[in-house]
Amino acid sequence: MLRTQVLIIGAGVTGAGLARDLALREIECILVEKQDLNAGASGANHGLLHSGARYVASDPESAVQCRIENELLKRLAPHCIEKTGGLFVSVEGDDEKYSAAFPDLCSASGISALPLTAREAREREPMLTDRITAAYEVEDASVDPFRLSLSNVHHALSLGAVFLRHCEVTGFEIEKGLIRRVRLLDASCGREILVETQQVVNAAGAWAGSIASLAGASIPILYSKGTLLVTGQRLSHRALNRLRPPSDGDIVMPGGTVSILGTTSIRIESLDNIAPTVSEVDLIVEESKALLPSVETTRFIRAFTGVRPLISQTGKCNDRSVSRGFGLLDHFSDGLENFTTIAGGKLTTYRLMAEKAADLVSSRLAGTKPCLTGHEKLPDPPACRWTEPGSSPKKWFESGKLQTMMLCECEMVTAGTVDIIADCLRETGEKPDLRALSLRSRIGKGPCQGTFCGAQVTAYLYERGLSDSNQGLKELREFLIERWKGIRPILLDMPLAQAELQEAVYCGFLCLELPDSGDMESLTISVESIVNGTC
Amino acid sequence: MEHAEIIDCELAVVGAGIAGMAAAMFASNRGVSTVQIGRTGEIAFASGLIDLMGVHPVEKNRISENPWSAIEALVKYSPEHPYALLGKRKILDSLNETIQFLEPFGLNYQSRGENNSLIATPAGTLKPTYLVPSSMWSGVQSLKDKIRCTIAGFQGLKGFSPRQMANVLEHRWPGLQPVTISFPVASCAPEIYPEQLALRLDLPEQRHHLADLLGPNVRNTAAVGLPAVLGIYRSEQAIADLEQFLGIPVFEIPTIPPSVPGIRLKEAFSAGLLRNRVRLLHQLRVLDVAPANGMKFHLKVGRKDPELIIKASGVILASGRFLGGGLHAGKNGIRETIFNLPVRDPVVRESWHHMNPMDPRGHPINRAGLEIDENFRPLKKSGVPAFENLFVAGSILANQDWMRMKCGCGLSIATAFGAVEAFTASGLR
Repeated sequence: MLRTQVLIIGAGVTGAGLARDLALREIECILVEKQDLNAGASGANHGLLHSGARYVASDPESAVQCRIENELLKRLAPHCIEKTGGLFVSVEGDDEKYSAAFPDLCSASGISALPLTAREAREREPMLTDRITAAYEVEDASVDPFRLSLSNVHHALSLGAVFLRHCEVTGFEIEKGLIRRVRLLDASCGREILVETQQVVNAAGAWAGSIASLAGASIPILYSKGTLLVTGQRLSHRALNRLRPPSDGDIVMPGGTVSILGTTSIRIESLDNIAPTVSEVDLIVEESKALLPSVETTRFIRAFTGVRPLISQTGKCNDRSVSRGFGLLDHFSDGLENFTTIAGGKLTTYRLMAEKAADLVSSRLAGTKPCLTGHEKLPDPPACRWTEPGSSPKKWFESGKLQTMMLCECEMVTAGTVDIIADCLRETGEKPDLRALSLRSRIGKGPCQGTFCGAQVTAYLYERGLSDSNQGLKELREFLIERWKGIRPILLDMPLAQAELQEAVYCGFLCLELPDSGDMESLTISVESIVNGTC
Repeated sequence: MEHAEIIDCELAVVGAGIAGMAAAMFASNRGVSTVQIGRTGEIAFASGLIDLMGVHPVEKNRISENPWSAIEALVKYSPEHPYALLGKRKILDSLNETIQFLEPFGLNYQSRGENNSLIATPAGTLKPTYLVPSSMWSGVQSLKDKIRCTIAGFQGLKGFSPRQMANVLEHRWPGLQPVTISFPVASCAPEIYPEQLALRLDLPEQRHHLADLLGPNVRNTAAVGLPAVLGIYRSEQAIADLEQFLGIPVFEIPTIPPSVPGIRLKEAFSAGLLRNRVRLLHQLRVLDVAPANGMKFHLKVGRKDPELIIKASGVILASGRFLGGGLHAGKNGIRETIFNLPVRDPVVRESWHHMNPMDPRGHPINRAGLEIDENFRPLKKSGVPAFENLFVAGSILANQDWMRMKCGCGLSIATAFGAVEAFTASGLR
C-alpha cells in the first residue's frame, strides 16, 4: 500500500504540469498513467503554442488565456519553445467577412496581429500560395509537447513526486463521500497496487469520463477525433493558419526539422481502436494545398490521431464551436468531497489548468503554499532533450564526439543518447524498454519508421543487459505495431516501398508474425517436430 | 542518343534481383544470347537462404514441415498461385540447376532431404527455410540437436546481439554462450559494417587474428556461431580455416540487411553470367520501351539519359515490387512502371493493408501484381497476353505473398525457369 496526499490520474501535459505544481507547493503526489507520458491528446497535436488568434471569434475567453500563457511559457520554458511566429492567411474563396473582422477581434483580446500584403507574406514564407487575399502576422510559436511533459515530470520527481507508468486505475474505495483508496493494476507485472490518498485529481483527458464513472460521478464529455500528418521536411518557418472559421486542414505547423499538417475533426462515440484513416489523410492534403500547393508532392512520414476531450454544452453541435476552454469540476454534486476533474483546454493553457486544479486541491489541504509555476523557470534536464525533430544530429555534431555508434540512422540517435535516457529511466526505477526510449527520443520517427533502428536498439538493449528473456522481442513487436498505425494511411510511393522493406525484414526474414513458443499449442507441436525431426 | 550503342540480342532480362539473375542464368545456360539490365542494390537484402514454402496456410501461421506437400496443398487451395504453373519436377529442376551454377563460385547449399529446416535468426526467432548455405548448416544441426554453442558477435556490428539470441532462444536452444569480441576494422570507428568485416576476413591473417580472439571464449562449447560476415569471395576457406584453428564447427547466422550472403549471391551470379557471356548492364535502368507484337522490343537504357538501345526478340520482366521499382503505388492505384501493364489491384486503398502489421492473413496489397497465362505472359484486362514476347518472373507476380508464405527465393527461381522455358519454346528466338 502506498500513501500520498494527492493522486493524479493521467500523465498528459496537464497531469505532468499538476504534479510539478503540487510538488513546488510541497504537496506529496503520485502521478499514475495507464500507458506512458502524453499517450493521448497531449502527444497527438500540432505542437502549436497559440497566440490566441485562432479563437478570437469563436471563444474570446480562450483567446485571452492563450495570449497570456503564450507569453509566460516563452519566458519560463524557453527550451521547449521555438519562437517561430505565425501567419494567418486567407485565400481566394475564403469567407471575406471573417478576415475583415479578424484584426478588430484580435485587438479586442489584446492579441497583436500585424497586417501584411500578399507579397510580404510570400517573402516571409516563399512556399505559400499565390492566391492570398489577406494575411496577418501573429505571435504563434512551436512547442515540443514531449519535452514539456518530460521536463515537468522530471522536475516533479526531483521534488519528491512519484510517477507510476503503465498503471491503470481499476477502482475507488469510497467511504461517506470520500475516496479513501485507489486501486491500480500494474500492467508490467499484473500486480494490484493500493494507494491511500487524501485527494484525487482526474486529469485523464479523453478518458476522464470513464474515470469519473468509476467513482460514481459523471462528466458531460464529447470526443472529437483529430488526425494530423507529419512531413519529411519542414515546409515553413512560421506557423501557418488558414484565416477562416476553424475547419479541417487549417494549420501547417513547423516543429524542428518537420512540419505537421492538420487536423480533422470527427465526433466519435468510443475511444477504442483510434487510428488515422486514408480518407482523413487525403482530406488534410487536399485542404493544406490551399495554403501550400507543394504539399501535393511532399513526402509524408506518418499520420497520427488524438482525441480532443471537449466539455459539452447543450445546444451546440459543431465540435469546433464547443469551447476549447477548460473545465474544473469539484464533483460536490456527485456527492464526492475529495475528487476533482480537470478536463478540456489545450496544450497552450496546460499550466493555467494545472494551477487552477492545484489551487482547488490545496484549498482542501491544510497549510499549503501558493502556485509557483507562474514565476519559476521550468528546468531543462539532459535526459529530456531528445524529442525535438532534428535536435539529435545537432547535438551530435556540437558534441565533437563524432565517432559514436548511431543506433537510429534516420534521426541520428546515438548509443550515448540511448544510455542517457535509459539511465534516467532506471534512476526512477523504470524499465528502459524500446517504447519508453522511442517516446523520449526520435527513435523510429524517421523515414524508415523503425525498420533498422527497431532491430538495432533491441539488440543494443540486450547487449547492455537491459532486456532479458523474450521481453525485448515482445517490445519490438509492440513498437512496430504502434508505429504501423501512423504509417498505414500514408502508404503510397516511397513510404510504401519502405514499408515493404520493413515487412521483408520483420516478416519475410525474422518471422516476427509467427507466434512465440507457447503462444499457440499447434505451432509449438509443429515447431518441435521440425526441430526434433520427428513429425 | 544518335551515338548510343545498339545491342542486338535474343532476350533482355529486366531486373537484377534473384529472379532476374536466375532468368539470365537459365537463358544463357540454354545458349540464348542475353542482356541483363537492373540495379543490384536490393539483392544485398537477400538473406542467402532459399525459401521454397515455409508457411501454409498463412492465415493459420502453420509452419510447413515439408515444402513440397505445402505447395501441393497450396495450389489446390489457391490455384492462381504461380507455383501452380510449374509442378514439383520443374521447381526441383530449377533449384538444382541454380545450385550447380553457384557451386563453382564457392556457394553450396544443403537441406534436410525434401524437408524444411529451422534456422535461428539474430532476433532469436526461428525461420523455416528449404536450402541453407553450407556456411550456416552446422547451426541448423546444432539447433536441431540442442548442442551447446557459443554465439559470438562483434563490437560495433549493429543489430546482432549474441545475448539477445541466448535470451530469446533459452528454451529452444539451451546453453548458448554469448560473447562479443572487439575486432576493429578501422582504427577509430566504433561502428563496423558487415561488408567491411567480410572483405577483411577474406584475408588469411585476419582469420588467424579472429581465431586468436575467439579461442579463449569457445572452450566449453561444441560449436561457434558468428554473424554471416566470414568472407565474401573466400567464405568456404574462411570457415575451414576458423574450424581448423578452433577445432570445432563454425557456422554463420544470417543477418538483417545489408547481408553478406546476399552480396555473395550477387557476385557469384554475376561471375557465372559473365562466364556465360551475358551482357550485364547493372546499375542501368530501362527508361523507355517501344514494344511491338511479333517484332523486337526496343529498350532505351541508361542512368538518367538513354545510353544504349537494346533490340531484343523477347523480354523477361523481373523488376520486383515496390521496393525494387517494378510497381508503383499512387493515389489512382498501382501501376507497372515499364510496360504500363495492368496490375491486379486489391480494391480500395483503405483496404490495401490490415490494421495490424502482423495480421496472419498478410496484407491484401501483397497479392497485387501481374497476372500471367500458362506461358508466363502478362495479361491485358481482357485476359489475353499483352505481348507475344513478354514474360514475367519473380515477386512482381500477383496471387502470392512471399514474405508470409516464406517462398521468396524459390518463387523467383522457379518462375524465372518457367519464363525462360516459355520463351525458348515459343520459337521467338
